[in-house]
Amino acid sequence: MKLLGLADRNLKEISRDPISIILGLLMPIVFLFLFTSINKRLPLELFSPQNLTPAVIVFGYGFFIMFASTLLAKDRQSAFLIRLYTTPLRPADYILSYILPFFPLLLLQTIVCFITGILMGATFTNLGAALVIFLLLGLTCISLGVLLGAVFTVGQVSAVGSLLITVVSLLSGAWMDLRMVGGVFEKVGYAMPFAHAVDAARAVLKGGSLSDASSALLFLGGYALVTTTLAVIAFRRTMRKQ
Amino acid sequence: MPSAISTRHLSRSFGQRMAVDDLNIDIQQGELFSLLGTNGAGKTTIIRMLCCLLQPTAGEATVLGHDLVYGDNALIKNVIGVSPQETAIAGHLTTKENLILMGRVHGLDKQAAHVRAKQLMDLMELEDRREWTMRLSGGQQRRLSIAMALVSDPKIVFLDEPTLGLDPHARKSVWNYIERLKGEKTILLTTHYLEEADALSDHLAIMDNGKVIASGTSRELKQQLTGNRPLRVTADTFPEAVIGQLTEAGYHVKKIDHGLEISAAQMDIYAVVDMLRNNRVELTGINLQEPTLD
Repeated sequence: MKLLGLADRNLKEISRDPISIILGLLMPIVFLFLFTSINKRLPLELFSPQNLTPAVIVFGYGFFIMFASTLLAKDRQSAFLIRLYTTPLRPADYILSYILPFFPLLLLQTIVCFITGILMGATFTNLGAALVIFLLLGLTCISLGVLLGAVFTVGQVSAVGSLLITVVSLLSGAWMDLRMVGGVFEKVGYAMPFAHAVDAARAVLKGGSLSDASSALLFLGGYALVTTTLAVIAFRRTMRKQ
Repeated sequence: MPSAISTRHLSRSFGQRMAVDDLNIDIQQGELFSLLGTNGAGKTTIIRMLCCLLQPTAGEATVLGHDLVYGDNALIKNVIGVSPQETAIAGHLTTKENLILMGRVHGLDKQAAHVRAKQLMDLMELEDRREWTMRLSGGQQRRLSIAMALVSDPKIVFLDEPTLGLDPHARKSVWNYIERLKGEKTILLTTHYLEEADALSDHLAIMDNGKVIASGTSRELKQQLTGNRPLRVTADTFPEAVIGQLTEAGYHVKKIDHGLEISAAQMDIYAVVDMLRNNRVELTGINLQEPTLD
């Protein structure tokens, strides 16, 4: 299939970029170690490896927004996409080949975080259910990245991507309990998918079932559908504008 | 033999600005045809239209008999290869990987894409190194960019400013590789280097403000440049200052209906056009008068 050729290239392009490795794989592990060390001196339930691992995974997914947007924006800027537009690839081939290659990396990051969490003393149950939650959030993040990459320049995606990572960090409930903060902060946090993903993943990893997390799953599925649709529209608009 | 590329009244506007205005060209199969002009003359817009990247706003065109405006663009994409103005390569891939990628997006299986990549690396003398292409020199990147356009063995190759930004040595080297393709492929090349169009082209067209203002073989155009045939230029208005400047430069200028007839012992068409453009004259036509027995 023609799209596999481009998907293979995109996977190589991401995995060969040292920044992807540092931010995507190493940074979450560093955070896991850092906050677990803090937890040893100042015990906080939020920073126990059990609670911290799913939070760090969601935080790590925030970087994928930047990876996806930067890859696409760079390909637009370098005219690499213009070259591809003159080949027999169809619009669906482009969209899929810019989304699919990120999943092996998301999966790798998730597995590495789980292993690190287990080594630090966490015990996880229902990993499959957690994976469903994470993959829905992953699709949202990648699609959001494709959407930004189709709209903004390389310089702009760098700024917008950094902003979104900060948003994920603050409003996902990874480092603080949003319900304790309350007010607008809590409302905005729960209007976005990240906090729902953290809560649902924590619950299923402690033994809850996927059906217990059904409202979060619906929310995450809705976000994934909307962001993917918007990404497809933005990409097709970019193709027409070339 | 039918034309490889044929356009009739092909035009493209962006808002009020006409980027390409009433283009009529016929490029024969196996021919290297150059579009020569300054930045903004409309060369890249023509390539983008012929590569199905941009819809014309008026006119019609065929590419190897396939209708550009009303036909299936996939048929055109199957017979063309494009090397854009930017090198447009994947920086984190090696030379061979870039070529294999292009083979695979054109539908070759992995094995066939490998074989094709090897052939092209031999043809373009590209080294099979494990180095990422972002680290290659400008000349090597350009050669790779051209090779990537050839992966699908296209009948028509579009080379948009293939030597832009290269030093004279690297430019000549790229010319050699383009020369190797002559006759085998139909090539439409854009350039703003006069010597490049002169060295490579079978036919060329000089563009200004979206219009072809002169066309022919390099030899024909050279004869026009050095001949003493009067040049007729037409425009809506000609400021008096430009007539004064032309006279001062030694040209004999005669006013005609909507234009000027300019003659000299040695006619330099480029100098005249430059002078007119510097005075913001928007040319609607330019032609050299046939010599008479008188």
